[in-house]
Amino acid sequence: MKPIVPKKNEPIRIGFYICHCGTNIAGMVDVEAVSRYAATLPNVAVSRNYKYMCSDPGQELIQQDIREHRLNRIVVAACSPLLHEHTFRKAAEGAGLNPYYVQMVNTREHNSWVHTDRTEATRKAMALARAAIQRVPHHKPLEVKKVAINPNVLIVGGGIAGIHAALTLANAGKMVYLVEKQPTIGGHMAMFDKTFPTLDCAMCVLSPKMAAVGSHPNIHLWTYSEVIKVDGYVGNFQVTVRRKPRYIDEELCTGCQECVAACVYKEPKFPDEFNLGLGKRKPVFLPFPQAVPPVAMIDPEVCLNFKRGKNPDGTYTVSDKCKKTCVEACGDRKAINFKQTEEIRNITVGSIIMATGFQIFDARRTPFYGYGVYPNVYNALEVERLINASGPTGGELILRNGQVPKRVAIVHCVGSRDENTNRWCSRVCCLYSLKLAHLIKEHTDAEVYNFYIDMRTPGKSMEEFYNRIAEEGMHLIRGKVADVYPDPSDGASGRLIVQAEDTLTNKILKIPVDMVVLAVGLEPRPEAEELRRLFNLSCSAEGWFLERHPKLAPVSTFTDGIFLAGCCQGPKDIPDTVAQAGAAAAEAMALIDKGYVEQEPNTAFILDDCSGCKSCIPLCPYTAILFDEAKKKAVINEALCKGCGTCVASCPSGSIVQNLFEDEEIFSEIDGVLAETPA
Amino acid sequence: MNDAAQTADAAWTPRIVAFFCNWCTYTAADLAGVSRMKYAPNVRIIRLMCSGRVDPQFVMDALAKGADGVLIGGCHPNDCHYVEGNYKCLRRYQMLRRMLPELGIEPERVRLEWISAAEGEKVKRVINEMVDQIQKLGPLGLPKKFELWDREMEHLAHQVQAADAAQGTPTCTHGQTQTMETAHA
Repeated sequence: MKPIVPKKNEPIRIGFYICHCGTNIAGMVDVEAVSRYAATLPNVAVSRNYKYMCSDPGQELIQQDIREHRLNRIVVAACSPLLHEHTFRKAAEGAGLNPYYVQMVNTREHNSWVHTDRTEATRKAMALARAAIQRVPHHKPLEVKKVAINPNVLIVGGGIAGIHAALTLANAGKMVYLVEKQPTIGGHMAMFDKTFPTLDCAMCVLSPKMAAVGSHPNIHLWTYSEVIKVDGYVGNFQVTVRRKPRYIDEELCTGCQECVAACVYKEPKFPDEFNLGLGKRKPVFLPFPQAVPPVAMIDPEVCLNFKRGKNPDGTYTVSDKCKKTCVEACGDRKAINFKQTEEIRNITVGSIIMATGFQIFDARRTPFYGYGVYPNVYNALEVERLINASGPTGGELILRNGQVPKRVAIVHCVGSRDENTNRWCSRVCCLYSLKLAHLIKEHTDAEVYNFYIDMRTPGKSMEEFYNRIAEEGMHLIRGKVADVYPDPSDGASGRLIVQAEDTLTNKILKIPVDMVVLAVGLEPRPEAEELRRLFNLSCSAEGWFLERHPKLAPVSTFTDGIFLAGCCQGPKDIPDTVAQAGAAAAEAMALIDKGYVEQEPNTAFILDDCSGCKSCIPLCPYTAILFDEAKKKAVINEALCKGCGTCVASCPSGSIVQNLFEDEEIFSEIDGVLAETPA
Repeated sequence: MNDAAQTADAAWTPRIVAFFCNWCTYTAADLAGVSRMKYAPNVRIIRLMCSGRVDPQFVMDALAKGADGVLIGGCHPNDCHYVEGNYKCLRRYQMLRRMLPELGIEPERVRLEWISAAEGEKVKRVINEMVDQIQKLGPLGLPKKFELWDREMEHLAHQVQAADAAQGTPTCTHGQTQTMETAHA
């Protein structure tokens, strides 16, 4: 359809529409009164109210009016423009009107949902409607700018979310850069023994996917690497990645681990990170047998061939004091390189998926449970490692003193649903506690006591899992544990007393146990704040990355082109994480296959009456403003302008104009909101 | 402001214009709505892309046109969607705060707040606080004052003209008296 170009001096004809949104708006705002009021305002040709403006009939109503009443401006009083501005712009465009002739009035989020007085809410709706009606005559027809999209995708984080998203995209033929902070991908899932509710082994399902990532021709896997800089915007992000030195060449290492065997340290001596310090490793090590990439690395903090201690710049100096038996063992492969330094890589990608995961709650923050004080108090992740066949004890559940526990308490909600620590439910703890109860019983035949506040087992097959575990003869006690302390009658053995009130029988219980397992909750990672700044994201009050809309855009963010997957967005189990990672990959793919992004034309431009004072030039954070020496006037490079309007507010001669936010538009809005409205 | 103005305007309730940035504070106000938080209905929110777009003239214009207070909301320091627009806003705000008392306007009538997209609760708190604050300060009522001052000026002009006529000297040939209204416009 040919766009309707308004003729010069054509009278302004505004169509005003107020949406009932069922009763969401109409319940608090007198929509009839608002539409009657709007009809009395200058330039308003049509004023209506309708049950659901965003519905097809609602949009058709606007389109029909544009044609029949020759409307050339549209004002829709409905929900937030952040939700439906696009819808109504599209509708106007469908009827041949320039989409930027549309203005929305936020009558739901900013009005009917937050007020309790119908009269006041109606007055507010009228004032804001008037503001929009006064604003739209100043609107100009604008054109959307189309910018090509770089088809490459950056995925930050190589846990199950990042792995699944990377494989989905790579299998679709997209080039993926997967950046992982740790030396191997796998994340938390690689540390789990079995997974609920199926009790299948975590590594058995994960390792084939890890291997596929490692060998996929479309995936650049950069482990032991961090994103340090992000510039640009959707379709065209410039990302800088730091690859930390592992002192073993990734290309040359075959993963044979002969260097590990040959290390001058005959026995592993240093705490093994993967086993949470429960096991030991050597200075040269492979994080775990299935690590991807299967490349060993050297820890310069403890390797004899490095001087102890870092240089002030964070690098390590080679001392050459070691016999270097590892180099000898590596032989012709020549993979060990003590001189390796960090590498900086610059890449350009069109979209980014954040899959940076979570950290477990540090149980030392709840001191009454004795974690870090009594050796027999463990957190749940440590127990996962103790039970795991490739763990530090080879899959035998034994305490630090070598004994097999006969009575085990599992304390739910440690660092979850707690006013003093984290208020949220971490969603997975009840289920993993049931799983651990089953596994502990299976391994040791111990008596297992689960202390819970509420048993929360939503989701497919989860309640059935709960019933199955309950029937296995667990003690399920509804009551929050108040205290864990050494058994006064038997202190030497390390036996502990768990004290709790059974809220179903109103009895105080003091149960002696050999082992306490704290079902620690999930928390945002400590570097989430830094990442949020780096990628220009928002976080919820708790610190999880904020999705664009909790229901309708759960993997999008407020920054176009950046998507979320997995626990960085909030606690979730593996199936949900994988589903979300797939969704994030699909969103990225939708963007890539479209081929271009449409940019909001809210950029600024400078009029001819610029006096050349240059005050705007240093204000632009994107250096989009240049000075034309020949004309002695400032000019804005439209391609660089992001449309903040900071320069506009600074111009002493009012010579800078921001599209969609012109001075006249805002002044007329101010005028409109302050005009007297009928009581 | 003063008791006379307050009693003259018994039905008065504070009128506050808010300028919220699209990315943080406007979104936070949306969140407050989605979360069905309840706050005072006295604030009229105008959306801008960035708090850096808030021209001090917008604030002055709002006050001149009858607002009793102006609230500006932007992203927290270091969080600006446009890198540093909020800092520019902060500078202008500081300048405005110094200028307002010179004009006889309490600086407390203009408030700048950093409210992130996650802080729906803060939107509610700040708006309620602001409404309370303005309630205490009373109406600013600049449009009415402009009228009053205009009438005063007209009255003075008439007096001068009458005196001139009595003395037989010709009245000012420029004719028109400059009123506060035209001076303002």
